[in-house]
Amino acid sequence: MTEAPERASERSWPLWEVFVRGKRGLSHVHVGSLHAPDATLALRNARDVYTRRQEGVSIWVVRADDVTASSPAEKDSFFDPAADKIYRHPTFYDVPEDVQYL
Amino acid sequence: MVMCMVMCMVMCVVMGVLVRVLVMVGHHGILSTPARAYGTGARPGTPALAAPAPISHTGLMYGNDVIDPNEPLNAAETDAYDAAAAHDDQRDGSDAVGDDFDALIAADQRIEPRDAMPEKYRETLIRQIAQHAHSEIIGMQPEGNWITRAPSLRRKAILIAKVQDEAGHGLYLYSAAETLGIDRQELLERLHDGRQKYSSIFNYPTLTWADCGAIGWLVDGAAIMNQVPLCRCSYGPYARAMIRVCKEESFHQRQGFEILWNLMRGTEAQQAMAQDAADRWWWPALAMFGPPDTGEAAKGGHTEQSMAWGIKRFSNDDLRQKFVDMMVPQAEKLGIVLPDPELRWNEERGHYDFGEIDWDEFWQVLRGDGPCNAERITHRRRAHEEGAWVREAANAYAAKQETRQKQKESAA
Repeated sequence: MTEAPERASERSWPLWEVFVRGKRGLSHVHVGSLHAPDATLALRNARDVYTRRQEGVSIWVVRADDVTASSPAEKDSFFDPAADKIYRHPTFYDVPEDVQYL
Repeated sequence: MVMCMVMCMVMCVVMGVLVRVLVMVGHHGILSTPARAYGTGARPGTPALAAPAPISHTGLMYGNDVIDPNEPLNAAETDAYDAAAAHDDQRDGSDAVGDDFDALIAADQRIEPRDAMPEKYRETLIRQIAQHAHSEIIGMQPEGNWITRAPSLRRKAILIAKVQDEAGHGLYLYSAAETLGIDRQELLERLHDGRQKYSSIFNYPTLTWADCGAIGWLVDGAAIMNQVPLCRCSYGPYARAMIRVCKEESFHQRQGFEILWNLMRGTEAQQAMAQDAADRWWWPALAMFGPPDTGEAAKGGHTEQSMAWGIKRFSNDDLRQKFVDMMVPQAEKLGIVLPDPELRWNEERGHYDFGEIDWDEFWQVLRGDGPCNAERITHRRRAHEEGAWVREAANAYAAKQETRQKQKESAA
């Protein structure tokens, strides 16, 4: 049996991103992250770390490795297609002031 | 032995698994009332601490990023907060200034994890956030010392909840530090081998029950004063963690005040115990704000650069003065005499004058020669080492489950 380069325990547990629904009617919102060996413990730890004062009614945990994020460096080009389409906003349109419910 | 076990549990909490143990302890019988029920009653004649009812420690208001980070905190309705909030008015999260670090800082916008940032900024934040996180988890020890000896079940439940909060604060902060590209394991190693520090205040012993009151009132009071401006720190994840921490600290300070308030209305021996605790914690609490950093002393320290980067909002000296001004009336209310013969109102300055802090003692404790430095780190290391089997077992279980899952999938 070859010796492992490091003890298993000294390997950090994987990182999980935590999302909490504050109450019915609100969406889940990212609140932070934590380490846990598996999804079950990630959920339990998330409850204890992020909802000790009834801050949530539902929790999602997602492996941080599994999150694909847009790159800040490409932010301008990535979001550019939306920049020149101001006609998507209602304020773009000239309408007479005395029309109701418009 | 029992105390030893509780302490081990408490100190293992930072690795996550055993948080549950404390929570289960906390959910017995009468303890199933939400913790906030203990803190909501207005105390007679303590205007500085009287909170609006009901305290907004609920989901909608608290802990999520759905809240506007510029909303007032109940933790510290002080001038420091107002100033920080006013300072923040121009921050609207708009993208008008682009992505350049200096432009973002100049416009008082937040820096987020994947933004480009100077290496020095990153290093400064890692050092500061890690030191803060270490202080939270080492800070579990002095009070954890009293869990088994708390004078009533109510006090014990409160103390367990408070010590668990400290573990939680450590975890929020390690999580914020990790967004800067450093692993928590690495930070813990730096704590264990002395490369990173924690707040000197936790190197003082908790000799009597009244020390739990003095820590809540003075140490957590000073911590709030320090931390409220950090809610406006330029680094987003740190600022968001601090909002959460500050809200929880206000329970900590109020419960400390309440302990002393009760003792000061008790027997002569109880009053003497409260006075003795205040005598011992007052000066270390003032030193918590760090060495002088205004006037001549401003040269060469971290303060100037940290303020330019929006990491720090006020000088150590300003925060210390605000703290003294806030605490003197509270001490009078308690009937506690603060151990400083030079403490008196200065009409001209509009502030309290106070005596000279013993900075030799501060540096001595920081260097490692305080009453409990060795004990604190030894305990921390031991708790970490004795928790190794838990972490190994959890890894083994996770690996086994994963293998089984894969076998099931390939069989299907």
